[in-house]
Amino acid sequence: MSRPIVNWFRFSSPQAFYPLAGTLAPWFAAAAALLAATGLYIAFFVAPTDFQQGEAYRIIFVHVPASWMSMFIYVVMAGWAGLGLVLNSRLSGMMASALAPTGAMFAFLSLWTGALWGRPTWGTYWVWDARLTSELILLFLYLGFMALQAAIDDARRADKAGAVLALVGVVNIPIIYFSVQWWNTLHQGASVSLTRAPTMAAIMFTGMIVMVFAFWMYAIAVSLARVRAIILERERHAGWVLELAEGRA
Amino acid sequence: MTGGAAAAAIGVLRRDLLLALRRKSDALAPVFFFVVVASLFPLGIGPEPELLRRIGPGVLWVGALLATMLSLARLFAADYDDGTLEQMALSPQPFVGLVAAKVTAHWLASGLPLVVVSPVLALQYGLPADTIAVLAASLVLGTPVLSLVGAIGAALTLGVRGGGLLVALLVLPLYVPALVFGAGAVDANLAGTGAEAHLSLLGACLVLATFFAPWAIAAALRIALE
Repeated sequence: MSRPIVNWFRFSSPQAFYPLAGTLAPWFAAAAALLAATGLYIAFFVAPTDFQQGEAYRIIFVHVPASWMSMFIYVVMAGWAGLGLVLNSRLSGMMASALAPTGAMFAFLSLWTGALWGRPTWGTYWVWDARLTSELILLFLYLGFMALQAAIDDARRADKAGAVLALVGVVNIPIIYFSVQWWNTLHQGASVSLTRAPTMAAIMFTGMIVMVFAFWMYAIAVSLARVRAIILERERHAGWVLELAEGRA
Repeated sequence: MTGGAAAAAIGVLRRDLLLALRRKSDALAPVFFFVVVASLFPLGIGPEPELLRRIGPGVLWVGALLATMLSLARLFAADYDDGTLEQMALSPQPFVGLVAAKVTAHWLASGLPLVVVSPVLALQYGLPADTIAVLAASLVLGTPVLSLVGAIGAALTLGVRGGGLLVALLVLPLYVPALVFGAGAVDANLAGTGAEAHLSLLGACLVLATFFAPWAIAAALRIALE
């Protein structure tokens, strides 16, 4: 068996990962800032005004990337959680708890911008549409995960309990999504159909994709910064953290 | 080996049912809760029969869901406190089987009574006879799902600060499919479109939950017992 050039498992130790995260986070933050500046420039100055919705549609450049990231982060979080349960590595649980607040923030942002977008275009802040409802339930799942972890004092138990919950949640998300969708089609009252979006101009799509990458980089940068804080908090009695603190003082 | 596992599971089931019979007030509290909640809604919104018939399925289903959730706190707590649960985890019989037996006992003691009283409450809401049958059928299929999924939440919050409220936060979002299909079945029957599709989907949820939930519960309990 040939040895890989970089032994990735080395970074599963918090001590080894701490400096790596410190090195990487600023780069991801810079990429996020650059991409966000580009994306917002496209959004405000390049993309044309929508002939149906006027200027109000421009919130799509925040709304859609936020919704995508909120779903994607939950899956990544469940992935870390599963890895933590299988390999019993401490860092996996820390990554999962570092990702949760960012995911919850994106879910909230998606709902908030959706409400602000809904007001001028459909005349209401909230409709019980399938997508809105499942996004709301996703936010509840994030809040449940964070509440469970916050309620357990023992960090290792909090990680494992959170991991089981995240895995149960990720199995349930498709079921919840489809149940809500069917519920919505059966209760087709005065609700607005959002499922048929008008075809999008290429430049709008470009702007949106750039914003998706900006949010992605932001999520990575913030999670790395947060995981550094979690590492320091949990390993505060470890020798290397004490040395680090003395070096700073 | 398998014979021993089945005998152990049946033993746990009998023991839990016997305990529930000895403490009748504990077992009946969720039923009373269900009845009281169902009676409060007409007081809150008014007695118009048309309106009540319209909201009946949803109210009764949400009531059953909340009643099940309230009974979850007692599912593992007593066995956890006196160490029985630890002995079960250490026993040579598969822990998953014993856990499944405990959840079955919980459903028989607190889920099944909800099904039994639901027709009476449905009469108060003026639902017609065949709709009442569909409501009972949807609850027969749905309340085991609520018990199984809820047990995951109960196991995760075992011995945790503010467990009762936390269970609600963890479990209620996961109850959405059962609520949608359960109340949907009754609604569909009321609208004359047939409840088979919803009941089939609810049955599918039950099959999935029966298969996967005991493993998740056992894993969560082992974490709590560490």
